[in-house]
Amino acid sequence: MGYEFDFSFLSEYAPDLWRGVWLTLWMTVVSIVPGFVLGTLCAIGRIYGSPPVRRVATIYVEAIRNTPLVIQVFWLFFGLAVLGARLDAFTAAVIALSINVGAYTAEIMRAGFESIPRGQREAASCLALSGPQRVLYVELPQAVERVYPALVSQFILMMLATSIMSQISAEELTGVAYQIQSFTFRGFEAYLVTAGIYLVLVTMLRLTLHGVALAAFPRRRRLGTPL
Amino acid sequence: MLGLTVDQLLFLVRGAGWTLVLSLLGFVGGTILGLPVALARSSKLKALRMISSAYVQLIQGVPLPVIMFVVYFGLSIGGFEVPALVAAGLAMTAYSSAYLGEIWKGCIQAVPKTQWEAAECLALTGPQRFVHVILPQALKIAVPPTVGFLVQIVKNTSYSVVIGFFDLTYSAKVLNNSTYKPFLVFSVAAALYFVICYPLSLLAGRFERKLKRV
Repeated sequence: MGYEFDFSFLSEYAPDLWRGVWLTLWMTVVSIVPGFVLGTLCAIGRIYGSPPVRRVATIYVEAIRNTPLVIQVFWLFFGLAVLGARLDAFTAAVIALSINVGAYTAEIMRAGFESIPRGQREAASCLALSGPQRVLYVELPQAVERVYPALVSQFILMMLATSIMSQISAEELTGVAYQIQSFTFRGFEAYLVTAGIYLVLVTMLRLTLHGVALAAFPRRRRLGTPL
Repeated sequence: MLGLTVDQLLFLVRGAGWTLVLSLLGFVGGTILGLPVALARSSKLKALRMISSAYVQLIQGVPLPVIMFVVYFGLSIGGFEVPALVAAGLAMTAYSSAYLGEIWKGCIQAVPKTQWEAAECLALTGPQRFVHVILPQALKIAVPPTVGFLVQIVKNTSYSVVIGFFDLTYSAKVLNNSTYKPFLVFSVAAALYFVICYPLSLLAGRFERKLKRV
């Protein structure tokens, strides 16, 4: 034992850590949007689609949910490079994360759609709404509202998962920590600091998404039901 | 076969074996540590609830690769030169104990309160109430989500690639570097993961439906 902790690298590497934080956040935000759209389309496809659509959506969801993200991103990044379509690490990371979180979102949204009482659908039909109108204006808002907490958890897990993107040389927060470690040999301290930063980021993301919910679901806010 | 030699395929299968070993370590360790977490999370003592809640928040708020690194470097500055398997196993233990603790807390609380009251009416002591009345019912509820979480454990062992543990992901990476057939190598690796995870997913789904019917 007798290890001397040394955090003096912090002042020198603070700008790098900042850059890492921004890249992590940016990667998260950019992946959430297409991931959510993809997942929602998939959920709709699995409920209302024709049998082939349903089959394709199911295969996508099961294939993604039963293999690790690391393998998916390696497959995409190194695989496309061999085909000659060289993606930069950030683009590859965002595509992989979107496809990954899309599969989980699909399952969550499917539960949301299935939890809507039948009366809502019937009422929408009585108002002469077409199928797509019914899904878009009546079912989707209610489904999102119901499963919002689950979506938030999933998006937070996704932000934590961006940490693996240093494996394809995207310089997000964990990648920066690895660099600090290899320059200063202060691995333990570097990763302790990184862990602390992730805790702050998770809290911030949770609060932000809670704020989004307060703005987006005024009905719930009025009723005072927890989100 | 498949454009890979038999030796190369065996190399991946051996990696898959280490993935299973690490998953098992993570699950066993996670169970040993996760049970007290679940009990503390649903305890009557506020201090216990707060400490265990802080532990869960801490582990769930830090990415698993970072936990792996902290354990890995922490052990080495503590003077323990341990193989990557030990560091990865400890990190998986910490990770799964937090999630399993949280899942099982939910299961304990899902047992109706009237069961506690009925047990009290029968003059059972506190521990007796828990062991003979609540636990058997909570266990039944706990089976589907626990099996479901096994899938997460198997998949997340792939993060041990960051500290160089020779699991399936690391083997695939090495094999890709030497053969330069990424689609093929990572497809085979993905298929191996799928073969491990998909039956577990199906099983979890089946248990869940069975529980709903009862």
